[in-house]
Amino acid sequence: MIWMDFLKTFLIGGAFCLIGQILINNTKITSARILVGFLLAGVLLETVGVYKYIREFGNSGATVPIIGFGSALARGAIEGALQNGILGAVSGGIEAAAPGIAAVIFIAFVVGLVATPKTK
Amino acid sequence: MRGSTFGIDGVFVENTASVVGPKESEGPLGKYFDKTVKDDLLGQKSHELAEIRFHISAIRYLLNKTSHTENDVDLCISGDLLDEITGASLTLREFDIPFMGAYNACATFAESVITASVFISSGKFSRIISSTSSHFSTAERQYRFPLELGNQRTPLSQWTVTAAGAVMLSDVPSKVAVKRATLGKVIDLGVTDANDMGACMAPAAADTIFRHFAESGLSPDYYDLIATGDLGVAGSELMKLLIKKRGLELGLNYNDCGAMIFNRVSQDVGQGGSGAACSSSVFSGYIYKKMLSGALKRVLLVPTGALCSKTSTLQGESIPGIAHAVAFEVNE
Amino acid sequence: MNAPDKEYLALIRERMPKSRHFATMFRAFWTGGLICCIGEALTLFYSEVAKVSVEDDVSSLTTITLILITAILTGFGIYDKIGAYAGAGSIVPITGFANSVVSSAIEHKREGVVLGLCSNMFQVAGPVIVFGISSSILVGIIVLIFKGAFI
Repeated sequence: MIWMDFLKTFLIGGAFCLIGQILINNTKITSARILVGFLLAGVLLETVGVYKYIREFGNSGATVPIIGFGSALARGAIEGALQNGILGAVSGGIEAAAPGIAAVIFIAFVVGLVATPKTK
Repeated sequence: MRGSTFGIDGVFVENTASVVGPKESEGPLGKYFDKTVKDDLLGQKSHELAEIRFHISAIRYLLNKTSHTENDVDLCISGDLLDEITGASLTLREFDIPFMGAYNACATFAESVITASVFISSGKFSRIISSTSSHFSTAERQYRFPLELGNQRTPLSQWTVTAAGAVMLSDVPSKVAVKRATLGKVIDLGVTDANDMGACMAPAAADTIFRHFAESGLSPDYYDLIATGDLGVAGSELMKLLIKKRGLELGLNYNDCGAMIFNRVSQDVGQGGSGAACSSSVFSGYIYKKMLSGALKRVLLVPTGALCSKTSTLQGESIPGIAHAVAFEVNE
Repeated sequence: MNAPDKEYLALIRERMPKSRHFATMFRAFWTGGLICCIGEALTLFYSEVAKVSVEDDVSSLTTITLILITAILTGFGIYDKIGAYAGAGSIVPITGFANSVVSSAIEHKREGVVLGLCSNMFQVAGPVIVFGISSSILVGIIVLIFKGAFI
């Protein structure tokens, strides 16, 4: 059954990237806008309760794309708000995203110090 | 002649120098450039400093070639694409030569040659260097994205030439003369796509070329080569279409420096080369040498520039183009 | 500013070369799917082999590992080449987010560590953090108001 999971992951993850590519080809929008668009879509789908079905089906295909990052933020905020009221509503999202954001900042800092940009 | 086309007398190209990066040296014109370097960083700590080194070495090489000292040169009119043209300004820090900065984006080379020619024909100057530089890696960061960002280049994008080109203009007669020029106007038809520089500049190039022939009374086949600066392949086609609509047809003697400098099939450069040094290095390297050997006798060079900054495009401004035409002829 | 010349803009749309839709979409699909499968393999590794029991911890570890791999590939100048082939396939996954942060950090280190590297780190990806955190707080407030719908 593991192979079924991988197949589903591949299909869902690939489908999100395909949508992204269609957006790039037809609207010439930059990668920052693509990332923001997917993120907000994830927040919205999680809030209305749809994204959990995509996640159950697509496994990492639904969590690795940036849309999954959006859904994790929304999930954190919802849980925080239900458990801790206003404080949880404010901090729940970033708490859920904290490991990713912290890692990206630290790793980028270290790699930035070490690496140099290369001409293509 | 009338309008903004005028004749120039008694101004000659004494010599030229070109220094190019690795990708340019692998292109079809590679063997014509004076100096090619393997490492586009030139051992410097940044690509900006490397671009300055390219520019310094072009001017120094030009001085060596002509056996002139810095004191023999009355003025340097130079430009590039960096913020506040620091590329050219910091280059001239190394020389004891008066300096005037020029900026018309990638049409800077024409602006500089025309200004220098008019100065010399006034009789007050006898020897002026005009030069430009550009660098792929400094232009990418200035106008687009970090180098290591995993972005796809659109099929319309162009590859900024890593090079510097310099020409020495003087009042001493020599084989190649600057004969006439047409000044370009800023023309904006509302293109906002910063990746589609060819389409931004094509209307300006078409307008300048059309006016050049209308005002000088010459016909396009008078020239052996009509070369725009960096419209790229698709942009050139667009330009030919625009000029055809006004009743002028460009034949096989038309080409584009950006299309000439790279091999588009094998070098993955989108529509071709671009940048302030595209026209200056192709003129200094290829065209001037072909004129010396007699293969080309009359050349109309039309460097083209897209007038935008990162701020202006972010604020949604459309991108106007400009193009100036300069005619070079071999003295019979 | 002149009014846009509609005739010319139409000419551009008609004459200028377009992206090769099918080829780019196919590349985005398979590379994006593959990156997610690497994520799935990491998830399996952390939950089954390393025996991490909390589901959220597994997904955090997976994310951090993907970020680390991306950062190394970006530092060696490989990720931009993957991106040139994959397009959205390497932008949409979390690795694309990591690449945009790391590439900005590398690009600006020459203007100094504080004002160059650190200030420009989120030059490209900043909007993701701003929109992400702001929208999550908005969601939290909505949940507080309509509590009943979420329990």
